[in-house]
Amino acid sequence: MSIGPEDIKKIAHLARLQISENEADKLCHDIGNILTLVDQLQNANTDNIEPMANPLDATQVLRADIITETNKRDELQKISPLVEDGLFLVPKVIE
Amino acid sequence: MTSIHTEWETVIGLEVHVQLATKTKIFSGSSTAYGAEPNTQANEVDLALPGTLPVPNEQAFRYAIMFGLAIKADINKRSIFERKNYFYPDLPKGYQTTQLDLPIVGAGNVDITLDNGDTKTVRIHHAHLEEDAGKSLHEDYHGYTGIDLNRAGTPLIEIVSEPDMYNAEEAVAFAKKLHSIVTSLGICDGEMSQGSMRFDVNISIRPKGSDKLGTRTETKNLNSFRFMEKAIALEVERQIDVLESGGSITQETRLYDAEKDFSRAMRSKEEANDYRYFPCPDLLPVEFDDSYIQEIQNSLPELPDSRCTRFVEQYGLSTYDARLIANQADLSSYFEVMTRTSSDAKLSANWVLGELSANLNSKNTSLSHCPISAEALGQLVLRVKDNTISSSGAKKVFSLLWSGKEDVDQIIEQEGLKQVSDTGALEKLVDQVLAEMPEQITQYKEADVKKRKKLMGGFMGPLMKASKGQGNPKLFNEILAKKLND
Amino acid sequence: MFNKTVKELSNGLANGEFSSIEITQTYLDRIKKLDGKFNSFISLTEESALKEASIADARIAEGKANIWTGIPLAHKDIFCTKGIKTTCGSRMLENFVSPYDATLVSNFKSAGAVCLGKTNMDEFAMGSSNETSYFGKVINPWSGDIDLVPGGSSGGSAASVAARLSPIATATDTGGSIRQPASLCGLTGLKPTYGRVSRYGMIAFASSLDQAGPMARTAEDAAMMLNVMSGYDPKDSTSINKDVPNYTADLNNSIKGLKIGLPNEFFNEHLSPELQAILQTAIKSLESLGVEFKEISLPHSDLSVPAYYVIAPAECSANLSRFDGVRYGHRCEHPQDLMDLYLRSRSEGFGQEVKRRILIGTYALSAGYYDAYYRKAQQVRRLIKNDFVEAFKDVDLILGPTSPSEAFGFNAKGDDPVKMYLEDIFTISTNLAGLPGMSLPAGLINGLPIGMQLIGNYFDEARMLNVAHQFQSATDWHTLAPKNC
Repeated sequence: MSIGPEDIKKIAHLARLQISENEADKLCHDIGNILTLVDQLQNANTDNIEPMANPLDATQVLRADIITETNKRDELQKISPLVEDGLFLVPKVIE
Repeated sequence: MTSIHTEWETVIGLEVHVQLATKTKIFSGSSTAYGAEPNTQANEVDLALPGTLPVPNEQAFRYAIMFGLAIKADINKRSIFERKNYFYPDLPKGYQTTQLDLPIVGAGNVDITLDNGDTKTVRIHHAHLEEDAGKSLHEDYHGYTGIDLNRAGTPLIEIVSEPDMYNAEEAVAFAKKLHSIVTSLGICDGEMSQGSMRFDVNISIRPKGSDKLGTRTETKNLNSFRFMEKAIALEVERQIDVLESGGSITQETRLYDAEKDFSRAMRSKEEANDYRYFPCPDLLPVEFDDSYIQEIQNSLPELPDSRCTRFVEQYGLSTYDARLIANQADLSSYFEVMTRTSSDAKLSANWVLGELSANLNSKNTSLSHCPISAEALGQLVLRVKDNTISSSGAKKVFSLLWSGKEDVDQIIEQEGLKQVSDTGALEKLVDQVLAEMPEQITQYKEADVKKRKKLMGGFMGPLMKASKGQGNPKLFNEILAKKLND
Repeated sequence: MFNKTVKELSNGLANGEFSSIEITQTYLDRIKKLDGKFNSFISLTEESALKEASIADARIAEGKANIWTGIPLAHKDIFCTKGIKTTCGSRMLENFVSPYDATLVSNFKSAGAVCLGKTNMDEFAMGSSNETSYFGKVINPWSGDIDLVPGGSSGGSAASVAARLSPIATATDTGGSIRQPASLCGLTGLKPTYGRVSRYGMIAFASSLDQAGPMARTAEDAAMMLNVMSGYDPKDSTSINKDVPNYTADLNNSIKGLKIGLPNEFFNEHLSPELQAILQTAIKSLESLGVEFKEISLPHSDLSVPAYYVIAPAECSANLSRFDGVRYGHRCEHPQDLMDLYLRSRSEGFGQEVKRRILIGTYALSAGYYDAYYRKAQQVRRLIKNDFVEAFKDVDLILGPTSPSEAFGFNAKGDDPVKMYLEDIFTISTNLAGLPGMSLPAGLINGLPIGMQLIGNYFDEARMLNVAHQFQSATDWHTLAPKNC
């Protein structure tokens, strides 16, 4: 499958990455090569093969509904770029 | 082209987010209690710090399975979590952990009853577990929005209905029925004003008789039945206007502003979303065996429909009254406690659906904040039943209970509301009063049966006055009738 | 002293030959003296290290020590360390001081080990040469006149141990990031079975492939480290609740009669004659210890790299979405609006290779491509696993090359990412299958170390370590040190 600069820009936006025109061309080339590599997958016969999401096919262990956490806000917000009144601040969101 | 004479049919499907009443979040041990200071209930996992991992809460699954069993749905013994990818500041990981391919609850049914007594079945497509997002506080922080992640990670089930409803009444009845089911199960506190249940309404219209669905819009995050009704009416009207003026409906997400009774398309949802779902590699498939599900089935609490049937059979209530009470889990247990004290179910039901409900409504409060205990109201009904107080006296007691007084008998005593039911004493009073009303007696005796009934009332006023309001009106009536007809 | 293994240091501490303070100071001095060239550390934790060492010495004096008390080590900067900068080799986390410890870090802490600092790495563990670190490339201590790569992504861990700046280091492996640098730096590195070691607090690259493991000079040290690292962690849903054997207990077992498979697909015409010869020599050594060899086939091997470059980028594209400039990490100056905050914070914070992989993953998952790429890759993944399951019906272990070549120069792979991706051609399949794999020194090519790889069955690390230890008892490749180190 081939990929063009417009595709790159579209997925870059989905991934919230800024891509300049120059970068888009270069990425197009690189990702094109990677997709060529990846397209080898299409040669494999995978009829009736269950996709494998976890190598051990293990199942989930569930946790009991017990509160284990206490308020750590001050500590956790020490590393935050911008907080006020305990809230994380972001540029105004318009819904 | 559609002519302006087209009759339109509305088609409605609902997506309902129900916050589960677990103590902790779906993937962390943080508390889910409502109303805490911002971000004091958000730990490393909830903030999606690098390196943190989710561990699912068993209780969330238990509650989801309870819901599934309650609507007779298929329970998927193997379910998986997927990541739904999108960026939003109240979504710390940049994806929501949810279920898509194998949700815990499969297809089921919810029966609803309309005001006219008609019943219908709304099909449930599936219900899945997922995490709630945080809250964006749009009050002005000098041009910024504040993010509170206390709610982030609260377990939700999202119940997705088929587009089986054709008007606002059906949609509201369905929403109320879901509220009734989840609160009866005890899996949700049902506090709509706190966002415990939120409704997304998918609405489309089509010419009556058409079997093709029109383009739908989704009005998001309605958290009251009344708003839902108004939002549906507004949207249906809008869509009809658009189509009848030759336009077409855009598939979009809309926001309803209850204060202004106005809706608009959401800006943040304008761009077409590509959520890139894929199985969450941090979580493994969740599996339950039959005995686990059977154990939940066996311990399922009473559901509104069977409670309604029981109320009719056990207490002799009318189906209408029984349903009204049975649909509200808290009201049902209130009613039953009350009836134990009053030993009169019908009278208790009248009070619950009458005075009590009216007061809760007019004071805009919920039963959990009701100032009158079920025992006290039961005692009050008992005193009405055993003729200790008259119904007008009872209303007075009720309002005193509402304002904080607690002991019914004490109130009756203090307020002098006790009825005199001593027949001898009442007879004496009747004799005294009649002695002063010879003309009226003559009038009465000359009147026909129909008129007599009316004239009889003329004696009651003076009688109640003479008894200082404490004479038992029923006994007065009996004595009076005997004396006058002799 | 800096040439001693953990085992030797532990004995020396117990005998009172030296104190933990002395050992720790020795390594700190060496780092300060030599690491200017290698750049193997991102952060040095001198103060806390000396404090931990003195606590360790007190414990030793009280007779309350265990074998780990006072042993220094370095952690790859992918592990969250409370109160210490944890950068993951990225500008995104340049100033990120973790408020919590990774499970692996607290395991070593409670064992009594002393943390010297945090090692350099490819940004977010994406790379095979350590060229993608925001904190500069790491130089292979084996470099001669020309600087060579240490391999990646655990290049800092490998270089620091090879240069004797730390006796051991922790590392992680998503497609070969422990084994390939171990091969290129002459070390013994092991990627355990997926789920053996907790991933909690280890910054995720590709969740279903990532696994932490030891970077050491000897199999014995690796076994000792694995004893500390392994075990079920209720905080990691993908960790496995299975008893942890004592990995040092079986090291001296005889390996006579053991069956090792040689995959046809690894020993083909693409393998360089030099590496071919080294592996044959190693096979002979093992044969002399009584091991039997057998040709096997892993027919889907050639699909490992393609499957990996769908799955790993897909998972990373979601795993790295949390870096949005809102709660921690890099945030751009004066964002105009929310979109600007996202776009600039992420574009400034991530380097080229990370962006490239996020884009591949986003593309592979986007509407219309999920089935062709992601689902297909997950199916191929099962085929690859099934190949191994079949093979392990006949053999106890599998042996092959770790890396296609010895250490190479910077920019040697040019501008084409695919060339670099093929560096992991022999290691990736074990990550996809979730199997344990290890690399141990097997010889020199042009005076540079090269490793051989052992692949074990699920949870069979003890057997791999046993074979590696026996090999190291019979050979001395693992004792070679770079010049001037």
